Amino acid sequence: MGRTDALSRLRSSGQYALELEAVSRHFGALIALAGIDLAVEAGERRAILGSNGAGKTTLFNAVTGDFPVTAGRIRFFGEDITALPPHERIRRGLRRTYQISLLFENLSVRDNLFVACRGVSPHRASLRRAGPSEPAAELAEMLAQAVHLDAVLDSRVGTLSYGQQRQLEIGMALAGAPRFILFDEPAAGLSPSERAQLIEILGALPAHIGYLIIEHDMDVALRVAATVSMLHNGRIFKEGTPAEIENDPEVQALYLGGGHD
Amino acid sequence: MTARIHPAWWLLAALLSIYPILANDFFTLQIGAYSLILGTIALSLTILAGYGGMVSLAQLTAAGLAAYVLPIFGTNSQGVLGIGWSHWLTIPMALLVGASFSALVGLIAVRTSGIYTIMITLAVAVSVFFFTRQNYELFNGFTGYAGIEAPKPFGYDLRAPLPFYYLCLIVAAGFGLATLYAARTPFGLSLQAVRDNPRRMAALGFSVAGIRVLAFFLAGFVAAAGGILLVFFNGRISPGTIGVDVAIDILVIAVVGGLRHPIGPFIGALAFVLLETFAIDLIARERFNSLIGTAFLLIVLFSPDGLLGLWNKIRPKIGPKISRPSLGLAGPQTGKTPQFDAAETQPISSREDTG
Repeated sequence: MGRTDALSRLRSSGQYALELEAVSRHFGALIALAGIDLAVEAGERRAILGSNGAGKTTLFNAVTGDFPVTAGRIRFFGEDITALPPHERIRRGLRRTYQISLLFENLSVRDNLFVACRGVSPHRASLRRAGPSEPAAELAEMLAQAVHLDAVLDSRVGTLSYGQQRQLEIGMALAGAPRFILFDEPAAGLSPSERAQLIEILGALPAHIGYLIIEHDMDVALRVAATVSMLHNGRIFKEGTPAEIENDPEVQALYLGGGHD
Repeated sequence: MTARIHPAWWLLAALLSIYPILANDFFTLQIGAYSLILGTIALSLTILAGYGGMVSLAQLTAAGLAAYVLPIFGTNSQGVLGIGWSHWLTIPMALLVGASFSALVGLIAVRTSGIYTIMITLAVAVSVFFFTRQNYELFNGFTGYAGIEAPKPFGYDLRAPLPFYYLCLIVAAGFGLATLYAARTPFGLSLQAVRDNPRRMAALGFSVAGIRVLAFFLAGFVAAAGGILLVFFNGRISPGTIGVDVAIDILVIAVVGGLRHPIGPFIGALAFVLLETFAIDLIARERFNSLIGTAFLLIVLFSPDGLLGLWNKIRPKIGPKISRPSLGLAGPQTGKTPQFDAAETQPISSREDTG
């Protein structure tokens, strides 16, 4: 094990934010991911396309460690994180959002963001109350502004609209000092105006923060990503610029063809 | 805490302080002190179940093991062990033993959730019970230990009715207030967030297992304090003290009282002790469990939030004078809704599935 680790560290150049090397994930006989090779540069913004069941969310779960991979290696800014538990990966600057919002519905927007900020800071288990000068409290307000939720800062999350919850979902992922974010269908179920807000929020992210974004809506995907990876049956099927992917006959046959609106 | 304290709390504090002056020794000790002790042990469960969504049946066991430390390392009249160390040493030891044992149970239990946590902690409680009953070298088996005395600092007997009541009151109120305080600290918030959504917490950089084990440790500390008071109260400890039937009594106390607020277990304990003491006047002793069971069923049926929830339900109907939505029993932040604790707003039923 030690030698393989050393070797894989040597091979990594460190310029990539995220590197996947032959990552597989099996659920019993079902092969959800079949040897994914993927390299995303720091600051790169890439869309992940693919039909239902192509393995997009499984890929995210593998990267964040929500469940372990069956085979393969995952490196984050050059460091092998394949065996790290989820919270250790998060502390290294990886973030994610969920397809179905996972929020603390009984806490306010402020408390949700506060908990998120505390999670990646030391003293996260402090038994002393936060004073008024607590930096995490200030950060929480800043984050609320960044995701256009400053008007509902003290509302209980359960009372927010669906679109606002999706925005908070993104705000939670921006807490601390994120280096790379995985967005799992952030635009799903949003109204056209909410989509425009989402594109604005993503566009306003600092340039050094790269992300992967799963998105079914091609219009959104192509506006927020510079590169596209197309997943099919647990494999990377095509990679390229949005234009290349859109005009690729094979992709069109498989994904855009038929009933795509 | 800057939130204004509701006058009802001051009233309660005043009432509890002058209670032993109004009551005779029996009411001071057998009702007052005993309720406070059982309430403290049940508070340990409230912390885990109410704030953490983890129902542990091993909290009485933590209390009991802490209690055993006193006769084993201190003094007893049994002629077994009894190293004779002073209370200054044995009491901190007992607190540490209870807390560490609870943390150990936590380490085993945190990988499970819901009904499985209950099963695992029940298994631990049962095995410790049988171990203490069969082990004579350390626990003196079935007989256990007797002749355990409370400290007498400067010749002042803490076990006398009045001082002992106040000792229990200080310990109980201290831990109750500490729980309220801790609920709004980063740790308290993250414990409630873990209860609501463990997966998201991991995705925010929290160690879910770490938070849960720390909660078990702190809850064990509270239970141990209750156990120490209990052994001073009884003067003896035997396996029967930590039997499964008693562990279930503690669960009943916590649930009947209400898991939403640290006052809940004390309300539950008072109700339990009153029933236990005076039911004999009405029904035969062997029918006591039927009575407790029926009371439990009725309360859970009509108010899933226990007596606390019942009070909050009838409060608006009987007291329109106070404009605040509740008497403040629902938490110190009731006056300003945005700062709500999850523990105080969410119905128990939905909380426990997320555990």
